[in-house]
This record gives sequence, structure tokens and C-alpha cells, in this order.
Amino acid sequence: MVYKLVFENLKHRPLRTLLSTLVIGVGVTMILTLVGISEGTLNEQRKRAKGIGADVFIMGSTSSVIGTGTASMNEGLLKFLEEQPHIKLATGTVVHSLGTFKTVTGADFEKFNRMNGGLKFLSGGPFSEDGDILIDEFYSRQEKKKVGDKLTLLNRDWRVAGIYQSGNAARVLLPIKVVQDLTSTNGKLTMIYTKLDDTANTDAVIASLKSQLKDYKIFSMEELISQYTTAAVPELGVFTKVVIGLSVFFGALMVFLAMYTAVLERTREIGILKSLGATPAFVLGILLRETLIMSVLGAIFGIALSYVTRWVMIQLIPATFTQEIVYDWWPIAGLVTMVGALLGVIYPAWKAATQDTLESLSYD
Amino acid sequence: MTNGLIIETRGLRKVYRQGDVDVAALRGVDVQVKSGEFLAIVGPSGSGKSTLFHILGGLTPATDGEVLMDGKELGKMSESERTTLRRTTVSFVFQKYNLLPTLSVRDNIEIARYIAHKTGPVDPSFTKVLQMLGIDHRMDHKPRALSGGEQQRVAIARAIVNQPAILLADEPTGNLDSENSANVLGILRDLNHSIGQTILMITHNPEAAAFADRVIEMKDGRVVSH
Ligand SMILES: Nc1ncnc2c1ncn2[C@@H]1O[C@H](COP(=O)(O)OP(=O)(O)OP(=O)(O)O)[C@@H](O)[C@H]1O
Ligand SMILES: [Mg+2]
Repeated sequence: MVYKLVFENLKHRPLRTLLSTLVIGVGVTMILTLVGISEGTLNEQRKRAKGIGADVFIMGSTSSVIGTGTASMNEGLLKFLEEQPHIKLATGTVVHSLGTFKTVTGADFEKFNRMNGGLKFLSGGPFSEDGDILIDEFYSRQEKKKVGDKLTLLNRDWRVAGIYQSGNAARVLLPIKVVQDLTSTNGKLTMIYTKLDDTANTDAVIASLKSQLKDYKIFSMEELISQYTTAAVPELGVFTKVVIGLSVFFGALMVFLAMYTAVLERTREIGILKSLGATPAFVLGILLRETLIMSVLGAIFGIALSYVTRWVMIQLIPATFTQEIVYDWWPIAGLVTMVGALLGVIYPAWKAATQDTLESLSYD
Repeated sequence: MTNGLIIETRGLRKVYRQGDVDVAALRGVDVQVKSGEFLAIVGPSGSGKSTLFHILGGLTPATDGEVLMDGKELGKMSESERTTLRRTTVSFVFQKYNLLPTLSVRDNIEIARYIAHKTGPVDPSFTKVLQMLGIDHRMDHKPRALSGGEQQRVAIARAIVNQPAILLADEPTGNLDSENSANVLGILRDLNHSIGQTILMITHNPEAAAFADRVIEMKDGRVVSH
């Protein structure tokens, strides 16, 4: 009987029910999208790091894996490294930041290819003349560039020579000399990648390199990948918390307003129930059940909508952000907005359940 | 119940405050109702009849004076005791019907049973009551699909389904034709006889008042004749 009343109430005002549900859903989507982006973007970075095909990485002591750092290592180091036992191949890159989340990588194309097994071109091909630039599929989609198109970077126009499959560390590739010239980093490297004869030797090589190269950061593929976590980017963790906090607050406020007016509209009905002997707890129970049902529907809608935001992101900015569907967060996001919704309904519900019954009955 | 009185009021006053203006709806009402009595209350519009009912049912507090329900003072009860009183002892037929708009006729009656914790099938005699009230064929309609008189009869059915000890009926025949009025009054009379229900009925209709054991008249917030 209680649920009948609850469902009839929800059905009686379909538009209000729909709007409240949508508001709750948007809260869920906000949380899921944000968490999905921070997880997805890091996973994408891990995948790309693996795609380089290197076993041991070397960086200057001031660089960080997530940021780009400065090109602080001498090219001469490559020769030294290739003379070390077990190291088959050593190549360096210059990574230059183009602003938020965007970089251009200068690489020794021939060695870079040997390391990762060769770029897989989706269209076009490798550098053939001066002014050629290579981009990956996501970058090409985001910037809407095809082979032969003009691309302006570093105050210069380039011709897109080839578009390669994503998953190879860089989104935008130029010959290393070109980047060094344009960014006044001649003879310098940001990152060095080495390939070993056998990955079983990784620990031994790292130990030996560390004893000889004191001022460098040296680590294995596993270590590099383990650093791509939200913990490694504290700003991302704080940002996530702030946005989750905001979406909880926003969701609670919207539901508060929606339920407050809904309860006002229902003052008379609440008075009728009380005149029949219903307790405040009974009245509260009905309003809370309505809110719970809207929360559940809202959460389902919000989850569905997070697939839409992911699709939009894939269409518009695949190179900058990758949104993943993080199942673990479904119940968390649902619970968080549900708590917000309940907080929003308790005040007006309590007010309605305890006010003078006659006043409620004369309300119209 | 020491003196056989189920309801007794002493010097009951009610002042409604509307902004700066005070409206005295009751100016010292003393009423005594015996258990099992069928009492009619008549009087001009605005004389305080409905206000008296609202106070008796604990829907709003009196400004001054006492109400004894079955010997217990209403004003000294807690809110939850007054709620229990409405759930178990007193029920209303409101002048404005007060049906729940979202529920069907059947569910409007059912919710009263549910709130009173009366589960299980409805007493078969109640089906007959629904037939007599002429609403048995409208059970699945929402109140807004019903005429005023039909809504009034649903409100009556809802008020008597739990067979409360005290029924406060505010103009229960106000919107009914003479045939339906006679049916409603007959039903109340039967309840009064068969289960000894105490009935207080407000009416403007002298024929309806004639069904009662006793008639009192109110005027300007006072009882003017017994
Ligand atoms: N909620 C209220 N706020 C202010 N004044 C009120 C309120 N309810 C009733 N009154 C006033 O109290 C007086 C008595 O009203 P009440 O409804 O008890 O009259 P009544 O005898 O039932 O009249 P009627 O026969 O028209 O139903 C009236 O003057 C009315 O305007
Ligand atoms: Mg009245």
C-alpha cells in the first residue's frame, strides 16, 4: 500500500519526477566522467609507454615521467649506453610542451622504429622531405587533419606526412634535429630509451647504470608504468575530490529545491494522511521512498549518460583525454548522490510532517 | 469513562490570528457527549462548528479551555498520542472531503485501513455499505473523475471503514440529493445502533438533524441551545 502511494505520487507529477531524476543523474555523470577521465587518461599513458618497446628508461634528475621536464641530458650518453653489456639499442627523444596536456616529440625516426617494431601507418608514411610531420590517429581526429594537410606548431607550418596507429608514446612526431633546432636544445635529450638483449637482465643493467650515472633517474618499464597513477599527480587527486564535492553539493541543492517545492505542493495530502492518523515517520517514509526511487533511476540514467560523455570525448578530444568506464565507481557515485538527495529531502519532509495538521489541510 | 461522557469540553476558546487581526472562532464552548450518542450540530455559517470538530480531532490546538476525550485531556496529550487517537478512535468526514488525489477510490479507503493497521479482507458488510453509498462501481476512479456528491460519499466510506468509536461528520449530506442523503443518514443511524458508535454531525438541514438523538445550536462561537 505504501509503495502504491509512492508510485502513484511519482506518476501523478511525471514532469517533476523526470526533472528530479535527471538532476540526480547529472550528478552521477559528473562524478563518473571525472573519475573515468583521470583513470582513462593514465591508462592510455601506460599503454603508450609500453608501446615504445623499451626496457630501461633514463631521464635527467629534474624531470618527471608525467611532465615533460627539460632536455638536460647530452646526446653523448647514447654512445656510452650502447657500449654497456646487454644494451642492444639506445635512442633519445626531445619532448617539447605545447601547453596543457599537449607535447611534440622529436625522435631519431630510424632507431625509434627499431625500438617499437615500426609505426603502423593508417595513411601516408614516414618523413620524406623537410617540413614533414607525423601524427597519431587521435590527434588527427581531434585536430581534423588528413595526410597532406597543413599543421601549425612551434610557429611554423608543417605538412602531415603520415598518420599512425596510436600507442607509441608520442602523439606528434618530428625529426629530433628539427625540434632541437627550434627549441634551442641542440645536442640535448629529454628521455633516453634502451632495449636489452633479454629482459631478464633488467635489474642487473639498472644496478650497473645507477652506479655509473649518479645524476640520472633510471628505471624499468614496470617502474615507469607504476608511476602513472593518480597518486603520482596530486593535483589530479585534489581536482577529482573538488569536483566530486561540488557535484554532491550541486546535486543535493537541486534535489533540495525540487523536493522542497514538491513537499509544499503536497502539504494538503500530508495533512490528509495525518488526519487519518499517519505518524510523521509514515509521512517521512513515503517522501524518502520517493526520493530513493528517483535516486536509483537517476543513477541508472547518470551511468548511461557517462557512456555518452565518453563518446563525445572520443569524437572531440581523443588525443587530450581518454574517459574510461570505471565500474567500481558506479555504486560510489550512486550512493554519493543518493545521500545528497536524502539530505535534500529530509528538511522539507520533516517540516511537512510536523506542522499543524489543520494548516496543512487548509493549504492550497 | 467515569460519567459516561466520551467527549466533554469546558470553556473552549479558539482564536485564529490572521496577520494583525484576531478572529475568535470559539468563545467558550461547553459540550457534553455521551458514549453512543448521535448528536447533530446546527448553526449559521461561521459560527465555529467546523473549528470545534478540528479541535476535538486534535488537528489544531485550542487557545484556551479543556477537551476531555474519554476522560483524557487532549491538550495534555503528546503529539503522538493525538496521532494514535485519530488512528484508533476518531475519524472525520471533512466538509471539503479531503481525498488523496493520486489514489483511486479503492485505495483512498484502503490507505485508511492501512494506516490503522487493519489488514486482511474488508468486512463483507462494508461491501453492502459501498453499494448503498452508490460508489461501488467507481472504485477504480481517481477523485477528480468524481462529482462532488460522489467524493463526499467516498469520504464517508473512508471515515467508517475502520468502525471508529467516534465519527465527526462535517455536513456529510451537504452535497447530496434527498435520496442519497437518506441513504447516508440511514447508514450512520445503523452504525450508531449496531456498534454504538458516537456520532457528531454538523448539518444545515433540519431533516438530517431530525435523525439525531439530540440537536445543539451554535452561534458566534458559542452553544446557544441544547
Ligand atoms: N484557519 C483559519 N484562519 C483564520 N480564520 C479561520 C480559520 N478557520 C476558520 N476561521 C474563522 O473562524 C470562524 C468559524 O469558522 P468555522 O469554519 O468553524 O465555521 P462553520 O460554523 O464551520 O461555518 P460553515 O457552516 O460555513 O462551515 C469563521 O469566522 C472563520 O472565518
Ligand atoms: Mg464548517
